[in-house]
Amino acid sequence: MLEIDIRKRLRDFSLEVKLSVARSEILMLVGDNGCGKTTLLNIVAGLQDPDAGRIALDGRLIYDSVLKTSTPAEARNIGYVFQSYALFPHMSVYDNVAFGLRTRSYSKNEIGLLVKDYLEAAGLWEIRKAKAVDVSGGQKQRIAMARALIIEPDLLLLDEPLSALDVRRQAQMRKELRETIHACNVPCIIVTHDLRDVACIGDRACLLEKGKIALKGCAEDVMSWGACLPQVEKSKSQDAPNDFGEAGAT
Amino acid sequence: MASNQADIGPFGERSLTELVNQEHEIIGIPSRTREMALKAGLALMLMLAMAFIALPVVALFLKSPLDTTLRSLHDPVVIDALRLSLTTSTITTITVVIMGTPIAYVSARFQYFGKELADSLIDLPVIMPPAVAGIALLVAFGRMGIVGHYLNGLGISIAFTTLAVIMAQVFVSSPFYIRQARTSFEDVDMAFENAARTLGASRVYTFFHVIIPIAMNGLISGAIMAFARSLGEFGATIMFAGNFQGRTQTMPLAIYTAMQGDLDVSLCLAIILVAFSFMVIFLVKTLTRRRVHKNAGN
Repeated sequence: MLEIDIRKRLRDFSLEVKLSVARSEILMLVGDNGCGKTTLLNIVAGLQDPDAGRIALDGRLIYDSVLKTSTPAEARNIGYVFQSYALFPHMSVYDNVAFGLRTRSYSKNEIGLLVKDYLEAAGLWEIRKAKAVDVSGGQKQRIAMARALIIEPDLLLLDEPLSALDVRRQAQMRKELRETIHACNVPCIIVTHDLRDVACIGDRACLLEKGKIALKGCAEDVMSWGACLPQVEKSKSQDAPNDFGEAGAT
Repeated sequence: MASNQADIGPFGERSLTELVNQEHEIIGIPSRTREMALKAGLALMLMLAMAFIALPVVALFLKSPLDTTLRSLHDPVVIDALRLSLTTSTITTITVVIMGTPIAYVSARFQYFGKELADSLIDLPVIMPPAVAGIALLVAFGRMGIVGHYLNGLGISIAFTTLAVIMAQVFVSSPFYIRQARTSFEDVDMAFENAARTLGASRVYTFFHVIIPIAMNGLISGAIMAFARSLGEFGATIMFAGNFQGRTQTMPLAIYTAMQGDLDVSLCLAIILVAFSFMVIFLVKTLTRRRVHKNAGN
């Protein structure tokens, strides 16, 4: 279980978040641009420090301002999929996925077996030698997921994992993503702008407004938040007459 | 108005001839003549500029026939200068890369007290006249210099040695590498560093396995520029290291010395330096173009 209770002064407002995510639960974090969603993920991942508070993962304290403890990002064992995927451009697909195992000093044989398993499961084995920058958007997303999952993380953080894909590919990926995450059996936080992501992927959702949790609820409730998210609703209504058979889901 | 409407097709399209005629009416013949004159003027300016740069280079080759150049290659002055220049420039480049890479990274990634001052200090040798750099080095590390005074007491003498040549070259060429490396590090997206760290890589591992390889083309370009600057260094070297054949007389110094005696030797060395300069420009351009293509691919 992930427990977060942190405060951080940002430029225009204070980020004050208190929430918990159970094992195998997918929490969707929704909100406008600049409301602190990515900052929250970075704080949990150890890439930024909060001003005060406490973060615990499976009972392990990874940050506590009172005890002055902060586990560095590299020791937190958190799988993080960045919005841009951040695949290392000078490495092949294989080396990108193997990176987390190499930093953990796995043997070459172990790395070979594990990477093959994950790449085959993601349908990427055939393109293992391709440079990570030369593959399609959907493949990049799956490489980023495989890279985050292969280290067997204790927590998954996904920052708008579908935003770099076209609308048709997003629809295909939602179900796949939900199944993959549930199979990992770890807590997961996904940041998104899109209410369709919330409805199709999430178990629970939080609406973040200017650094504070404005609304909480189960994923099915999010449609009633439409009035709180005018931008999301607007973009949704523009996409509404789509041909992806998703109108019912949204 | 009526005729205009008649020329518009059933779907609102206009004929190509109509559009061309309309354009001629708008531009008019005098405008076209002006445009051509402008183009001719620009072409002339370009040709003059190219001639201004190319003529001295061509003159070098014309004034020094190939057989004379080849014969001069066996001259001890040429051999010593060439060997010394290549050795010192290589050592300088390695020193600048080892010393400059962490400095460039810190400058690109971190904010600290006095950063502006430190960055200005790093860039200073670019605008400082080389002769001034030579005097500055002399008063710092010369026998009577503020540091050299103590070193001399320990029996260490730097000025007028090969080490002084290297120090002068490092002083003037380091900004060329550090500036380029700083820009290359700034271009590396922070997301790559963050991704590496969440995957369990320490900062040092991330630096060597992620940041350096991504910034590599820029770093190589910078190193080549520093090497070229070292190879052509004259002012600071002659002031701080003197002009002793085989010890401190690099190629530019040998050209200067030979000019007063054997012009063939001078021309031979000049041609070698021109060839090196061409190679450097070609390498930098190739690497920069490859990097642009790679980024475009992203």
